[in-house]
Amino acid sequence: MIVTVKLFASFRTGRFDIETVDYPAGTTVADVADRLRLPHSELGIMMINSRHVKLDRELAEGDTLALFPLLGGG
Amino acid sequence: MDKIARIDMGAAGGPKVTVGDLGEYAGLGGRAMTSLVVAAEVHPLAHPLGAENKLVISPGMLSGTTGSMTGRLSVGCKSPLTGTIKESNAGGQAAQVLARLGYAAVILEGKPEGDDLYKIVINKDGIQVIVDNSLKLMDNYPLVAKLRQEYGDKAAYMSIGSAGERKLLAASIACTDPELRPTRHCGRGGVGAVMGAKRVKAIILDDAGMKMRPPKDPDAYRDANRKFVEGLRKHPVTGEGLPAYGTNVLTNVLNEAGGYPTNNFKSGQFADSAKLSGETQAALEISRGGSATHGCHRGCVIQCSGIYNDKDGNYVTKQPEYETVWSHGGHCGISNLDTVAKLDYIDDNIGVDTIEMGVTIGVAMDAGLAEFGDDAAAIRLMEEVAKGTPLGRVLGSGAAITGKVFGVERVPVVKDQALPAYDPRAIQGIGVTYATTTQGADHTAGYAIATNILKVGGDVDPLKTEGQIELSRNLQIATAAIDSTGMCLFIAFAIMDQPETFQALLDMLGSFHGITMTGDDVVALGKKVLSAERDFNARAGFTKHHDRLPRFFYNEPIAPHNQTFLMKDEELDEVFNW
Repeated sequence: MIVTVKLFASFRTGRFDIETVDYPAGTTVADVADRLRLPHSELGIMMINSRHVKLDRELAEGDTLALFPLLGGG
Repeated sequence: MDKIARIDMGAAGGPKVTVGDLGEYAGLGGRAMTSLVVAAEVHPLAHPLGAENKLVISPGMLSGTTGSMTGRLSVGCKSPLTGTIKESNAGGQAAQVLARLGYAAVILEGKPEGDDLYKIVINKDGIQVIVDNSLKLMDNYPLVAKLRQEYGDKAAYMSIGSAGERKLLAASIACTDPELRPTRHCGRGGVGAVMGAKRVKAIILDDAGMKMRPPKDPDAYRDANRKFVEGLRKHPVTGEGLPAYGTNVLTNVLNEAGGYPTNNFKSGQFADSAKLSGETQAALEISRGGSATHGCHRGCVIQCSGIYNDKDGNYVTKQPEYETVWSHGGHCGISNLDTVAKLDYIDDNIGVDTIEMGVTIGVAMDAGLAEFGDDAAAIRLMEEVAKGTPLGRVLGSGAAITGKVFGVERVPVVKDQALPAYDPRAIQGIGVTYATTTQGADHTAGYAIATNILKVGGDVDPLKTEGQIELSRNLQIATAAIDSTGMCLFIAFAIMDQPETFQALLDMLGSFHGITMTGDDVVALGKKVLSAERDFNARAGFTKHHDRLPRFFYNEPIAPHNQTFLMKDEELDEVFNW
């Protein structure tokens, strides 16, 4: 299953900005975070295809997953 | 802060200063002060540029103390842009200095005859109003440089550029930062035009010989402030994200969420957003010898600002905020940060609101005055505003006027004030705030983005209508209160998530005044401010039919969510029903 993973802000440090990855079917957002050694407590905003999701959401072929730490501004 | 100065600019024989006690306004500061004074004293049908309007300048309730984050200055009046009541606040040094000088408010009243231009000097010895026609049509950077030669580097400066003197409806009032750059602006609603109408070019604030304002209970205040600062440092938004990347960290978030208005609100995503992002901006600033971490006033521990240099390492402007990078960037199809920085400098220098101006340029592009994505044309249009040409005066009067002059249907304004950087079709909660706030479209009035998108302080689905009315109501009440304290609104990220940090804020307010403050007291203050503002607007002719978004938000779905604004009129009418 090919998915695109995008990382932002401090999550990019020592990792990447964007990567296309082949994950096994049934992979969840939590699984991706674990593979990237992103502590769940640091995950702020998680989106698949521009919609907010939770950790237990399973990815599907062609999805784009975006992971941000807790952020604010305005 | 035990006195109010009233300066009658139209008095017979020249401006007259009267300093009196606080009277019915005792205990107020910031937005509570400006809005209660305007609501009580300004005729609701007054012409905003006439003698009947007043410009109320007020530091927050905790400004001028040793408390962290207390440097917001509120300016209030009847807005020439919206016709509503207006409160616009800024950071910089002015609030702290004015508060230490003992003024809870300085109120500019009346209007002088003739062409003379004035500067007002406020120091420990009192207030002087001085004719200085050598300042005519000077813009903010050279103006402050000239004033510094006379009044030194220890003062704080408030000023208007050429836009304010020309009474353009987008005109701002600049406040200097700790390094005396005129970069922090009371931007929204044309407050600079009101100052210009009163022929006041600059206010010089010098607190030499004055002390920090003393709390009633100094030990408790110190303890509460320490806990408050600990809370801000501990929270990821105020302790990490904002210091490292500034407000522009939001570009990637909003673009990813499909709520980044692009090419004058035609799409919710911008293909070149990465080039404008906070991550890109911070790295560029650091690589050019600038800084991605800078405080707009002394005592700020969040440090969300920065310094933007050109490729040769020369100062261009302060770090452009998210709203500015959006309005001059993606909203106009522009993806070059150097162009945005140049436009940010022009805005600060001539003294105009970056949101209103950027949105206006996008509307002008929609009218065919330039192509979307044409950097040079955007700069050329802004130079028209700087020169005060007839076209520049139209553009400098904002998006609503420009849309009317050039026959544009898609004009993103509420109560004639331009929408900020969040599309209400993809983020329903912020649409509720835009529609119903007393200020005209304003994201800060009830920042539903926090809960809808950032998942700070709760979780409400941005694409659904459920929970949005209550969310916007509660945020608008809390914001009206925070805007009265002198605290930077960014503290909200930490106090919404951390009860102990909210308690520390209550303890700061309580120990300073020698009382016990509760959450209920804060809510009561917020409601009092909003009620006064709503009452003024009602008397000025505003009804529930003005609490709506432009029709295109209801009729044109936007990609990628292909959704319109879904809130029903009857729901919007419930926001202030508490």
